[in-house]
Amino acid sequence: MSTATSTQHASAHGHEAEHHHEPGFWQKYVFSTDHKVIGIQYGLTSLVFLLFGFLLMLCMRLQLANPGKPVAIFGNLLETILGEGAKGGIMSADLYNSFGAMHGTIMVFLGVVPLAFGAFGNYVTPLQIGAPDMAFPRLNMASYHLFFWGGVLMLGSFFVPGGTAKSGWTSYSPLATVAEFGRPFNGQTLWLIGMVLLISSSLLGAVNFITTIIQLRTKGMSWMRLPFFVWAQFVTGFLLLLAFPPLEAAGILQLMDNLLHTSFFLPTGLVVGGETLPVSGGGSPLLWQHLFWFLGHPEVYVLILPAMGIVAEVIANNTRKPLWGYKSMVYSVMSIGFLSFIVWAHHMYLTGMGTKVSTFFQTTTMMISIPSVIILTALFISLWGGSIRFNTPMLFAVSFLPMFGIGGLTGLPLGFNASDIFLHDSYYVIGHFHYVVAPGTIFGLFAGIYYWFPKMTGRRMNEVLGQIHFWLSLVGMNLVFAPMFIQGIRGMSRRMADGGTTYFGADDIAIHLNKSITHSALLLAVAQIPFIINLFLSIKSGRKVEGDNPWGATTLDWATPTPPPHGNFATEPVVYRGPYEYSVPGAPADFIPQDRKP
Amino acid sequence: MEIPYTDKARPDTGLYNAKVGIWLFLASEIMLFGALFSSYILLRVQAPLGDWPAMRLGWPHGLLNIPIGTFNTAVLITSSVTVVMAWASLKMGKLAAFRRYMVVTLVCAFGFLGVKSYEYNEKFTHYELRLKSGEVYTGHLAVNGKHPGFWSLSDIWNLDRLNKEKVATVEFVADPKKESHGAKHAEASHEHVTLKPKVADIAHLDAFIPRNHPFFAIYFTITALHGLHVLGGALVMGYFAFPGSRMWKTKPEQFTNRIEVVGLFWHFVDLVWIFLFPVVYLL
Repeated sequence: MSTATSTQHASAHGHEAEHHHEPGFWQKYVFSTDHKVIGIQYGLTSLVFLLFGFLLMLCMRLQLANPGKPVAIFGNLLETILGEGAKGGIMSADLYNSFGAMHGTIMVFLGVVPLAFGAFGNYVTPLQIGAPDMAFPRLNMASYHLFFWGGVLMLGSFFVPGGTAKSGWTSYSPLATVAEFGRPFNGQTLWLIGMVLLISSSLLGAVNFITTIIQLRTKGMSWMRLPFFVWAQFVTGFLLLLAFPPLEAAGILQLMDNLLHTSFFLPTGLVVGGETLPVSGGGSPLLWQHLFWFLGHPEVYVLILPAMGIVAEVIANNTRKPLWGYKSMVYSVMSIGFLSFIVWAHHMYLTGMGTKVSTFFQTTTMMISIPSVIILTALFISLWGGSIRFNTPMLFAVSFLPMFGIGGLTGLPLGFNASDIFLHDSYYVIGHFHYVVAPGTIFGLFAGIYYWFPKMTGRRMNEVLGQIHFWLSLVGMNLVFAPMFIQGIRGMSRRMADGGTTYFGADDIAIHLNKSITHSALLLAVAQIPFIINLFLSIKSGRKVEGDNPWGATTLDWATPTPPPHGNFATEPVVYRGPYEYSVPGAPADFIPQDRKP
Repeated sequence: MEIPYTDKARPDTGLYNAKVGIWLFLASEIMLFGALFSSYILLRVQAPLGDWPAMRLGWPHGLLNIPIGTFNTAVLITSSVTVVMAWASLKMGKLAAFRRYMVVTLVCAFGFLGVKSYEYNEKFTHYELRLKSGEVYTGHLAVNGKHPGFWSLSDIWNLDRLNKEKVATVEFVADPKKESHGAKHAEASHEHVTLKPKVADIAHLDAFIPRNHPFFAIYFTITALHGLHVLGGALVMGYFAFPGSRMWKTKPEQFTNRIEVVGLFWHFVDLVWIFLFPVVYLL
């Protein structure tokens, strides 16, 4: 084994570097095969998309606060760019719908997944397992470029005749097909082609990640010595690998419906605008929903698991304690992986698929909450008795716990089909999943950015700006999403372009909350300004880190030079111990790195 | 910097990187085709009872040409064997034999695609005709005396287009009527009847193409996606058989591994067809 494993790494790298020319700009930053550069490419691109998706939502919120009046701040801009759809600065209902659809799509597929899986997974995973790079570096590059062009296509779809996709991020058929029937190259078509590119990118990424974790673990890095972050990425990889292809199939079928006028998802005798649609019929709208949610539910865990992984790393590091129940966390994350494939139809209780089927999915849904709760509990108990350092990454990581807790627990009434009949498609649902992904996942990702920034750049991010960013975001997030539970319980439906003013079910209290939510959303926008300033200023003028391991961490990502060179490690690391040996009694320091000889 | 285990197996997993990668990729492919097969099942199960074409949206039986499908199945299975032989030749260090077997594999691949495109053309030129009087025919169409050319998609007509281009009558050569149901053709009435229906009397007319019927929709989608896989596999194998075989001189072991990986993909493509053939041709 020793002869087989010692053929690589930095000694060879240093030798090579003398003979090779320094790569040019394009090779180094655009067509790079280095996992760290690709990780940063993913990171920056997805942060831009996150900001863009956030601004779409801000426009919608500003419209909801004053239905029928011009959108504040962005009104003129919208009219200039989009013309007819935003006449006089007022969003048409169509435009509102398309912003809603694209907000969801961009946040999920172009923002959070690429940041959580593409950026952190790429940058950190090979470092933490002690690998010189990903197993397939060129495939890695291809996967970033597919993602990038998929994103460009999505953005371009705003400018095609008829506007961008406007049938929700779920693109339910037949609505998605009939919305622009007779105009083959519409926004929905571009959405589908964009999705096929994004899915292909994720598939290549998933193959690469899983292979890397299986094959390139360094000597001594056994499965139970993997940092929890790597476990989370490993399971996420499997979810992407196996859940995305059915959506790709669904996308191909819907493309056929849109372009070749097949009837995969169009029922017999469908009447649109008083006329029977000129298609054969014989298809099934329910089929789309099954195929979509077969991805859609594992996708939720694709969003949350990497964030959990980051939070686990940050918490172990800043409590100076081993994670409590590391093994049960690992088994839980595996159970989540398996169970997430058999819960999808809890999104479809109201489709009339039958009570027996509903009962099955209700049961599995309750089952999957168990491993999630185990992980959350383990992280909570990890805090117990630690001498906690409340730096910016830790603040984000700690607040992840209650925020994700709220998001998860409010999901239970949606998982029971009896209460779901009432809550379905209301603002309650929006409140629930935003608690999971916004103050949940995105806080986890912020923690990761603040935590690994010193490794990526050799400088720390500013602590004061970081704290401002955190506290304002925490307040803003809660003021935005908590009132949505009230709105939903009071019967306010989602997807109302006028904020529910003409909707008989919504009462005054629910509608009045729209204004306060909008103001809080503006606060949330302001809260991101210190982060953006911090991110760019710190690259050049942040405080330089002292040594390669500024946080006193145990995992291998901190055993590399800072920033890590091409090939990562100075010498091939050998692992002798578990991932979280903090505060070991009798040890000279309060942490023992994984590669320290016993 | 060199990535470990690109050519040698990792001792504890017993696999080199690309082999892990291809198995994972094939797992995702199974989910892709699995979703499409599931869609087929769902569409078929919810189709109204009664056979197409008598029942407009009923499910057709024995519509596809079984002898041709059987031939194509044999072709693909043969190519699966030869791709293994090609890999085995490399293992024994015989580059010339490898190349011979690869050429046979490629011939099989393109033979399969050729036969498939002939089958596609049969469907593009075959029509379903329903008259307002209730009579139903399948057969071949000639508009303005013009018969459709091979893969000439602009020759495909439907009722809308006939009306739009103000065609008054068409010539329709009806197929012999089938015995009750199933693939058996009636021995007795083996004659083709030529009809000259007025367009005004036609209730429905369309070729055997995806928009006409969910069966054609799913049949064309799955087989076309499978065909793309055949084409992709053939291109990669063509590359390795000729320009890519340079690598044999420098890194024979890694080159052999690449052939094994592409072979695994090829077996998968073959396997999809082995499921596809009974499902769309026989059942």
